[in-house]
Amino acid sequence: MWFVTGLIVIWFLIYFNLERLAVVIYNITGLSSVKDGYARSIEFFIYEVPKVLLLLTIIVFVMGIIRTYFSPEKTRALLEKKSLFLGNILASVLGIFTPFCSCSAVPLFIGFVEAGIPLGVTLSFLIAAPMINEVAVILLFGLFGWKTAVIYVSTGLVIAIISGYIIGKLRLERYVEPWVYEIKSNRKGTGEDKINLQDRIDSGYTAVKDIVGKVWIYIIIGVGVGSFAHGYVPEDFMAGIMGKSNWWAVPLSVLIGIPLYSNAAGIIPIVQVLLEKGASLGTALAFMMAVIGLSLPEAIILKKVLKLPMIFIFFGIVGVGIILTGYIFNLIY
Amino acid sequence: MVEVRVLGSGCARCKELEKMCYNVAAENNIDADIQKISDLKEIMSYGIMQTPGLVINGEMKISGKLPSATTLLNWMQEA
Repeated sequence: MWFVTGLIVIWFLIYFNLERLAVVIYNITGLSSVKDGYARSIEFFIYEVPKVLLLLTIIVFVMGIIRTYFSPEKTRALLEKKSLFLGNILASVLGIFTPFCSCSAVPLFIGFVEAGIPLGVTLSFLIAAPMINEVAVILLFGLFGWKTAVIYVSTGLVIAIISGYIIGKLRLERYVEPWVYEIKSNRKGTGEDKINLQDRIDSGYTAVKDIVGKVWIYIIIGVGVGSFAHGYVPEDFMAGIMGKSNWWAVPLSVLIGIPLYSNAAGIIPIVQVLLEKGASLGTALAFMMAVIGLSLPEAIILKKVLKLPMIFIFFGIVGVGIILTGYIFNLIY
Repeated sequence: MVEVRVLGSGCARCKELEKMCYNVAAENNIDADIQKISDLKEIMSYGIMQTPGLVINGEMKISGKLPSATTLLNWMQEA
């Protein structure tokens, strides 16, 4: 416990002095006297990289602990016998906190359906879980501020709730592979309820090791690209293509985003460059949601349990939801 | 003989768990029958919702994450 507390104190000390540290480095290296593009790029880089990595580490750690309280089994139990709309809301919110990996999408889908959870509610979960993940939210918060992060989470939730609700209303059960309904599993569980605080903290460490260990390189590359654009690419470079005046920019971004597959850490720096260089917020967010929320690999995995028309309907409805969100944001901002 | 079943349809962690089982058994001279189960229907009959899953002598031990090598060794020796 002392060890964790110590680490957290150190974290706060570094995080809240980052700006000062960056300025010190900036002065020592003599960069502050250079008024060139590359100085602006490096200034941006030496401040942003540690900031984003620190934010990511603490949130992944905290989420790793929180997730030990939300096993898929518990989530399933919470969702059983819930009415359609309420179920969709609950499933979407739980999608944020329940541990999820797209490689487990199929067992999870079967586990839910087998427990009698309606198809629409199950899909609300499967939409929210990948789209609203802590890496995406933290990067948005770190790079664009809390408003953008809140907007992202809330629109993601609305899309998951409404898309799942519509799919539920359409009664598409016939497009689920019949063998899914034939499975009768014994639900003994793994007896993992007996975990103590130390186990939960260990889960936090494991999450940091797994996630930060995997995405740090994307962040450095991504922020690097962002820094370069910061110093060199003209401000309105993207305005013509992805600005508000182009009505087709939103659907096109979504269409391009679906086959692209990236984790949140890889895509956000790209979004950052797009925004900084004149793309509108709605278009950039729509692109990001399409890339991380709808992905070809997930479609291929889900093909094992869903028939093709169902996959098209699923992606179609979520895609339309993302496009509408994009337009709404372009109107507001 | 310990009967070890690794449930998983091909994710990175599933392969890692299978490798771990072989290594732990070999390093500690445990006579183990290790098999990977990748058929979805069979995986689902164990009632797990996250892969990989680990079943030792018919008992579900863990799902969705990797055990530590020590824990894995304990499970195999207990069984």
